[in-house]
Amino acid sequence: MTLLAIERMKLFTTRSPWWCMFAALLLTVGLGVLYAATAPAEFTVVGATQSGGQLGMMVIMVLAALAVTTEYRFGTIKATFQAVPNRTAVMLAKSGVVAALAFVIGEIAAFLAWGVSYLITGGETLVLDAGHEWRNVAGLGLVYAGAALYALAVGMLVRQSAGAISLVIVWALLVESLVGLLPRVGDDIFDWMPFAAANQFLQGGAPQTPMTSQMPEAPIGPWASLVYFLAVGVALLVIALITVRKRDA
Amino acid sequence: MIEAVGLTKRYGSKLAVDDLSFTVKPGKVTGFLGPNGAGKSTTMRMMLGLDRPTAGKVLIDGKHYTELKNPLRTLGALVDAKWVHPNRSAYAHLKWMARSNGIPTKRVDEVLDIVGLSEVARRRAGGFSLGMSQRLGIATALLGDPKILMFDEPVNGLDPEGIHWIRRFMQRLAAEGRTVLVSSHLLSEMAQTAEELVVVGRGKLIAQCSTQEFVESSSSTSVKVRSPQADQLGEVLTSNGFAVTRENQQERDTLLVPDGATEQIGELAAKYDCVLHELTVQRASLEEAFMQITGEEVEFSTGSSGAESSGSPGEAPVAAEK
Repeated sequence: MTLLAIERMKLFTTRSPWWCMFAALLLTVGLGVLYAATAPAEFTVVGATQSGGQLGMMVIMVLAALAVTTEYRFGTIKATFQAVPNRTAVMLAKSGVVAALAFVIGEIAAFLAWGVSYLITGGETLVLDAGHEWRNVAGLGLVYAGAALYALAVGMLVRQSAGAISLVIVWALLVESLVGLLPRVGDDIFDWMPFAAANQFLQGGAPQTPMTSQMPEAPIGPWASLVYFLAVGVALLVIALITVRKRDA
Repeated sequence: MIEAVGLTKRYGSKLAVDDLSFTVKPGKVTGFLGPNGAGKSTTMRMMLGLDRPTAGKVLIDGKHYTELKNPLRTLGALVDAKWVHPNRSAYAHLKWMARSNGIPTKRVDEVLDIVGLSEVARRRAGGFSLGMSQRLGIATALLGDPKILMFDEPVNGLDPEGIHWIRRFMQRLAAEGRTVLVSSHLLSEMAQTAEELVVVGRGKLIAQCSTQEFVESSSSTSVKVRSPQADQLGEVLTSNGFAVTRENQQERDTLLVPDGATEQIGELAAKYDCVLHELTVQRASLEEAFMQITGEEVEFSTGSSGAESSGSPGEAPVAAEK
């Protein structure tokens, strides 16, 4: 508990996490509302209100990566390990705090984006009356938390802000979709890309509309996709924790 | 008490610390002395469990650092004053460190007061001067009221007043029965602060002894004689088997007698009716003793010896003769 408390103190006593939280909220809510408010009525579905989610996730990953890399950048990681020599416990606590924060931001952002859109359009289509619609909105927090784990792990492995941030963002935004473009095998590999799985969890099972991306048929269901997404993130984190333990601080 | 046993750290092919064994005892300020790159900071990082020794171990009161419960309460250390997030206030920095080791928050105000940072405690640490950062680092070390304290180059960047303060402060900590280890490459500083010395060069232990012993064992004394009849006295001394040199050509009345004794020289002067204006023993300073002993162990030498052998006059550095 003490470790969680000190990681929380460390996170909130600097400015960049605040900026990141604010930016993540703004992007997720702002873009979602803009989409929903400006699209023709037949396109305003619940999925459309969540169209800022992808960008918000990038900011969350920046926040998570920075939570680790700034400690290395400024040497506070040494002060931390000096105060608490159990490195695994420290990094687990940090991951827990950041992931929890990501979850909370995700939930707030998703429901704000949906709620504001609903109030503006007053559209019947935006009522949350199907399982896939609930999943699309309420699931965002889980995806944000999972994405934070990836960024935390990469941050621990790379230890450098610019490197870690470019790596996670380029991966999530570009590499996965480029893999999907590979001839013949591309589609099959894409199905097993972690962020594609996260997207499948959020948007899978929804009826096709012009506003939702043309999702290829996934090999596993939405909830299995979420488990897969989180499992890969946890595996990455375990590798990172072992690395942190072994090397010199 | 700090005990290092066969401590070794290798970075790739470079041996930073080589089979280092020494003990630091309580109640005294122990100087950890060595030129830059001698492995002092690496050794201190290994003491704190930050770097893993390639071989050997270092024990804090008989335990590995990583086995200590609430380590800040046993060993307080200032290794690098810059280990603070620049956008976090000094107060916030100390507060989370205190919390991590179950130290009451009011201790934060106490240590800030001790180092004189109370007024700037809420300002971001990134705006601190080097001297203020050092003070914050010292506050961090004191936080857990530990029995063992370790400071890496604490006087770096401090003004004379700050240096004086630190020096007295460390002596007071030692007088309270604590173990105090202070590293420095400034030997004159150590001469005034430390009672015991652990001297390292290129990662190897050169000496562990008291500061006084270190100076005595390594330095040759000489006698300085000032006399209006210097030339005459010089001849007398030479004929009595003393080697006589002149300190410099300007002061015609001053002689230096290496390995001389004041008694003999005084008696000879009286016997030959020479007036003496000065007769003093000159002891080599800690600096000179250090240079003499660690001469071969300096990692980044200025190249004066290299230039002599290479024989290219254009590159001969200023330090060629002395």
